[in-house]
Amino acid sequence: MTRFLVRRLLSAALTLFAVSVLSFLMFFALPRDPVTGMCPKNCNPERLERVRQELGLRDPLISQYAGYMKGIVTGRDLGSAQGGRCDAPCLGWSYVSNEAVSDTIARVLPVTLSIVIPAAVLWLLLGVGLGMLSALRRGSWLDRAAIGFSLTGASLQLYFVGAVLLIVFVYNLRLLPVPSYTSLFDNPLKWSSGLVLAWVALAFLFSAIYARLSRAQMLETLSEDFVRTARAKGLAKRSVYGRHALRAAITPVVTIAGLDVGGALGGTVITETTFGLNGMGRTAVDAVRSGDLPTIMATVLIAAVFVVLANVVVDLLYAVIDPRVRLG
Amino acid sequence: MSLSPVEGVALAEIESPGEGDERRDKEFVGRSPGQLALARLRRDRTAMISGALLVFFVLVALAVPLIQALYGVGPKEQFQSRLDGYGMPLGYAGGVTGEHWFGLEPGLGRDIFIRMVHGLRTSLFIAFAAAVLTAVIGVTLGTLAGYLGGWLDSVINWITDLTLAMPFLIIALALMPTVALRFYGQREAVPAYFQIGVLIAIFALFGWTSTARLVRGQIIALREREFVEAARASGAGLGHMLFRQLLPNVWAPILVAFSLAVPQYITSEAALSFIGVGLTDETPSFGRMIYRSLDYLQTDPSYVFFPGITIFALVLAFNLFGDALRDALDPKSSR
Repeated sequence: MTRFLVRRLLSAALTLFAVSVLSFLMFFALPRDPVTGMCPKNCNPERLERVRQELGLRDPLISQYAGYMKGIVTGRDLGSAQGGRCDAPCLGWSYVSNEAVSDTIARVLPVTLSIVIPAAVLWLLLGVGLGMLSALRRGSWLDRAAIGFSLTGASLQLYFVGAVLLIVFVYNLRLLPVPSYTSLFDNPLKWSSGLVLAWVALAFLFSAIYARLSRAQMLETLSEDFVRTARAKGLAKRSVYGRHALRAAITPVVTIAGLDVGGALGGTVITETTFGLNGMGRTAVDAVRSGDLPTIMATVLIAAVFVVLANVVVDLLYAVIDPRVRLG
Repeated sequence: MSLSPVEGVALAEIESPGEGDERRDKEFVGRSPGQLALARLRRDRTAMISGALLVFFVLVALAVPLIQALYGVGPKEQFQSRLDGYGMPLGYAGGVTGEHWFGLEPGLGRDIFIRMVHGLRTSLFIAFAAAVLTAVIGVTLGTLAGYLGGWLDSVINWITDLTLAMPFLIIALALMPTVALRFYGQREAVPAYFQIGVLIAIFALFGWTSTARLVRGQIIALREREFVEAARASGAGLGHMLFRQLLPNVWAPILVAFSLAVPQYITSEAALSFIGVGLTDETPSFGRMIYRSLDYLQTDPSYVFFPGITIFALVLAFNLFGDALRDALDPKSSR
């Protein structure tokens, strides 16, 4: 177990390293001059030159990268124009918003987390539940309704569903306020009423995919010998379906869920744009628009960390769900 | 899901109308797996309906100049006289009239129908081009990785994992302007064909891994089969092994993957244009239209519905057809 964990974490670290190098090269080496994008207004050549010096753009790429990485692990000293000392998870200084990138992230990450975590709980419960039920009642009206639901959901687009939800619930029925983010700890009621449409839209589209996948998996498992054996030796339906079959059927669902949740935590650009919420995704888009390289770099890195971590968690979950999986 | 490993024909009964006296004339004819699949597809009502819808969409996309000539309105013409003082189209449902079938855009007053027809063409072109490219790259690398194994296999596997860890939207978002900046200046307008080319390239760059993984899995399953061993023993070269022995057995899943990749690229293109990379406002595109319509949800709700429903119908038709194709190509399915 420990050996597996160490090996898995090492390979995750290797992937993250590659992602960081790649995105560093892509963003800092590819553009003709990364600085022009960074001071949009009143940029005279002296100021440009100073920014270049402060960012260390005159140094070789390797030492630039090393400095960036060192900043994340131990923090580093930036120039006085960049707010001086930058503490441990130092992601650099944004000339566009004039603040440390880690402060920006600390502000917008909770928004994305508040969108994704409740939505993920909803879509997993709804999707897997519906898929399992329709597999157990194959051919019934419930099954047909579930198939129709998942086909529709798999072909719908989030921005369209979001727009329709906004038209109906906000502008016509006036049941809900225009979506906005309030901290959960300040006002839980406002938090949920401001985000509920985003949860519903995300959960609707994702649960369609999960319903389809878990139905197919469950049908395949139900036709396996061990399910028949379990029924034949007199186990109750409930225990056979709920424990034996579910565990075997749910493994691929967990894989996809890990990828999806990990990916969504890095930023739900479309959801945030549709509902006008300012989370990680919006921040990334705005950073790209204004050429704010340190912020782009930070959002890509954080998104990659979420995906890679989610994959590690999925691998560990396998062992819990499926006793056939031997780690090591 | 592999087809019969023996190149050649599977035996199947002729479909008899079911009359008693004709049953004696029952005859066996040879049919290739492809013919069987086609026959199954013809009998599937969902496949036929969604297929017809797809043919319709493709025809519309191909006939854009003709439609524009008949319709008499260009995608960039503005009809300001039909908007009220606030820039809202006059009349019901966003200004739907005999001349403007789907109404006008609020603000600029451009015709929605003709812009959607143009958008459909761009969208389908990008999706098909990207799907063909990913299929070619994915099949080549997947086959090589699966058949040769070794370091090539490990490298391709690792690249697949890596692309999965990269947040696609954000990378595409960051790459688009960077690439454009490399070829065009800060102030220069980037031509539409260049944006379309970059979009296709980005999709191909990120999309080939899933096809490669699929093909690799199939090839590995086939690699140790007797007929492959026999071919190798009789001295077949690499090209013969790949193209004559292995690939004919995996074309079914490749075809299904292709047909399901197209709608994926349609939605990705719309999504990228929606968040403002990808195509700019000059080029008509579904994503861009929906993004613009978000500002008018309260005042002109019908604006979002035309592009929204069209893209839904397009993607649904592709998904249904892809599923039907999968069923038809599966030799185990009895439908």
